[in-house]
Amino acid sequence: MMLSRKATEVAVFSLFRGCAVLVVLALLVLVGYIATGGLERLSIEFLTDMPRRANTQGGIFPAIVGTFYLMLIVLSISVPIGVMSAIYLVEYQQNSLMGRVFRLAVYNLAGVPSIVYGLLGLGIFVAYLGLGFSLISAGLTLSIMTLPLMISSAREAIAAVPSTVREASYALGATKWQTIWHHVLPYALPGIFTGIILSVSRAAGETAPLMLTGVAMSLQRLPDSFFDSFMALPYHVFYMATQSSNLLATRPIQYATALVLLLLVLGMNLFAIVLRKRYRDKYRW
Amino acid sequence: MTPRTTFTFEMEELNKEITEMANASRTAFEKAVQMITDMDFSLREEVRALDKRIYQLNEQIDRHCLDIIALHSPVAGDLRLIAACLKMVEDLNRFGRYAMDIAELIDDFEEGKAFKRFEALRTMSCLVVGMVDDAVYSFLQRDAEKASHLHERDDAVDALYDTIFREILTYMMEDPRKITVGIDLILVARYMERVADHSCNIGEYVYHMVTGDRLDPTLRTGDVDVSCAKIFEHPDPRSDLDLK
Amino acid sequence: MTTAIHTEDLHVYFEKNHALKGVNMDIEMNKITAIIGPSGCGKSTFIRCINRMNDLIPGCTVKGKVMVDGEDVNDDDVDVVDVRKRIGMVFQKPNPFPKSIYENVAYGPRLHGVAETIDGKVRRRKHTKKELDEIVEHSIRRAALWDEVKDRLDKSGTSLSGGQQQRLCIARTLAVGPEIILFDEPCSALDPIATAKIEDLLVDLKKDYTVVIVTHSMQQASRISDRTAFFYLGDLIEMGDTKQIFEKPSKELTEQYITGRMG
Repeated sequence: MMLSRKATEVAVFSLFRGCAVLVVLALLVLVGYIATGGLERLSIEFLTDMPRRANTQGGIFPAIVGTFYLMLIVLSISVPIGVMSAIYLVEYQQNSLMGRVFRLAVYNLAGVPSIVYGLLGLGIFVAYLGLGFSLISAGLTLSIMTLPLMISSAREAIAAVPSTVREASYALGATKWQTIWHHVLPYALPGIFTGIILSVSRAAGETAPLMLTGVAMSLQRLPDSFFDSFMALPYHVFYMATQSSNLLATRPIQYATALVLLLLVLGMNLFAIVLRKRYRDKYRW
Repeated sequence: MTPRTTFTFEMEELNKEITEMANASRTAFEKAVQMITDMDFSLREEVRALDKRIYQLNEQIDRHCLDIIALHSPVAGDLRLIAACLKMVEDLNRFGRYAMDIAELIDDFEEGKAFKRFEALRTMSCLVVGMVDDAVYSFLQRDAEKASHLHERDDAVDALYDTIFREILTYMMEDPRKITVGIDLILVARYMERVADHSCNIGEYVYHMVTGDRLDPTLRTGDVDVSCAKIFEHPDPRSDLDLK
Repeated sequence: MTTAIHTEDLHVYFEKNHALKGVNMDIEMNKITAIIGPSGCGKSTFIRCINRMNDLIPGCTVKGKVMVDGEDVNDDDVDVVDVRKRIGMVFQKPNPFPKSIYENVAYGPRLHGVAETIDGKVRRRKHTKKELDEIVEHSIRRAALWDEVKDRLDKSGTSLSGGQQQRLCIARTLAVGPEIILFDEPCSALDPIATAKIEDLLVDLKKDYTVVIVTHSMQQASRISDRTAFFYLGDLIEMGDTKQIFEKPSKELTEQYITGRMG
């Protein structure tokens, strides 16, 4: 059947639109499903209380705090290292052999399954370095896991800065570092923020690495140092859905926790998007 | 295919026009002189027709040059050609004009017979026709060497004019009935002297067009050696270029 | 007639491509020198040698001498930053920084600070706000842009029109205090009126600076330059007074190019 050109155009366009609608639909269904399941359990107490009675009652405050601390560790480690590596890759090693090898390594690392990272964390941080099952082990593991993603997106953002900007800066007598600091980085900030969003969101939702590096099932208190044990939202959902004593009773808690995690990630994304927009307007190019 | 096709085409058209005008001017003058030497009055119509055509071409070439300058910004060789064209058309126009003037003056056999009496006049006409030829051919052949020698004969022509004037004056004083003819002949000599000047102008333009340098203007001061008049007969046989 | 720039047997290679083949050229001080030639003939490559911008291109090798003020710009012990301070460059597409107009112009001077001689030693210090304001105003005035932007120095540089942006880039270059300014086809992205303004500016600038301009437009070269150099396939074919080049070029190739009969 030979379609006329116009008909083909309409058909293909409808297909694309259908896919886009499907994606949005999927998101809505997901959020809706979680929300309807967990909204009833959501309350201030839920968010601020410690868990009681083997997680069947009480709140998930420690889990929220745990996830937060993990995010903090990931941010403070993977962002600086990621951005600096990306700068080095783009500005100093663009075409050399080392640059290409480095880039290849990063791309491959990005595809490694999270459970493998978990094993890595277990072996190096928990055992070899003797950090034990703690926030810092988990945090470091997650940082390494998100590093490839961070480097890739930062690299893309920095490489996307037009060379005319750099040329103008050099022509005025600026050194390489001055050019990077004053012009390249500010330009690349929107893209780097995107990278941060993606990386941190991924890290927030990972369960496998946490399981191998020390997440606790239930704690009555908050971690009081980085070397202490901790709870985390993703694991909490997993635990509640599989290990708890009374699955039926804890179902609302599972959904509610999942909802909190979702809202947390979406909230961070939104914040970073706002920040990115602000910088994009400021450095319009 | 050379780039700037429109420009190249326009320059070729201009070249055709100026070639036609140069040949027409030369022919008109030669025919006018021929009227006197051969007493062939039928040539007058030819000269008139040529003069008309010359005038048309003058306007046409003027406009064409300005168009090319405005639209195509010519430089280097092209610019020099256009500058030469713009200036030359005035001198070529004068050839036609003077040819017409001479043709209108010569209207009976008296003048023809009188003309034969004055050897200087005959020499002068020979010389000037030669100069017109050389001026035109130096342009058509882009020959700067030929163009640079025109001024030498101009001095001779000027000297001849002085001689002719005195001779004809004497002629008129002999017999008052000869005054009309005498005046006509003086005018003819005058026109030919002007034509010689214009030929020299053309020589200067051609020299600049081809080499980019200008001829030394002091060469045309007119320190004259009358004896040259006899030496400078028409130097070259006329070549047969494709004429109108 | 002093020489501002003197090149001797200048060769440039991009990997295996021999882009510039032994260029010997003298550029005069306080004159506008135009560099013309067909695409790919090495014009931009040539001027980028003067302020060492070819260093930024990987795989590029430069051989030969580029003498400015008695010093070879390519010498190992020459400070590139200093070279670029003394030899400024304005590019084809206006590229103001996405900062305010004031910041655009102030960036250069801020980078280099003020050189002062205290007790016989030359030291660098930061500009005071007043000094910076003066430099910014003076540079923008010199670039014939002051009247148009004096009330909005804090607005973004990218909010200006194309022609204004290019003048801003010129002001930015002037602020650093160069002796020589290189222009790489500065008007090719601009409309005729903006182009005319910049050309007037260049003619004004040559009183105090040595101007070298690469241009695709022969009319531009003939309009504003004092000397013209014609490049073809990496060779300097002919160089001379602009009038002479455009009325009576001595090389056949030059005549072919400028009358448009090349290619």
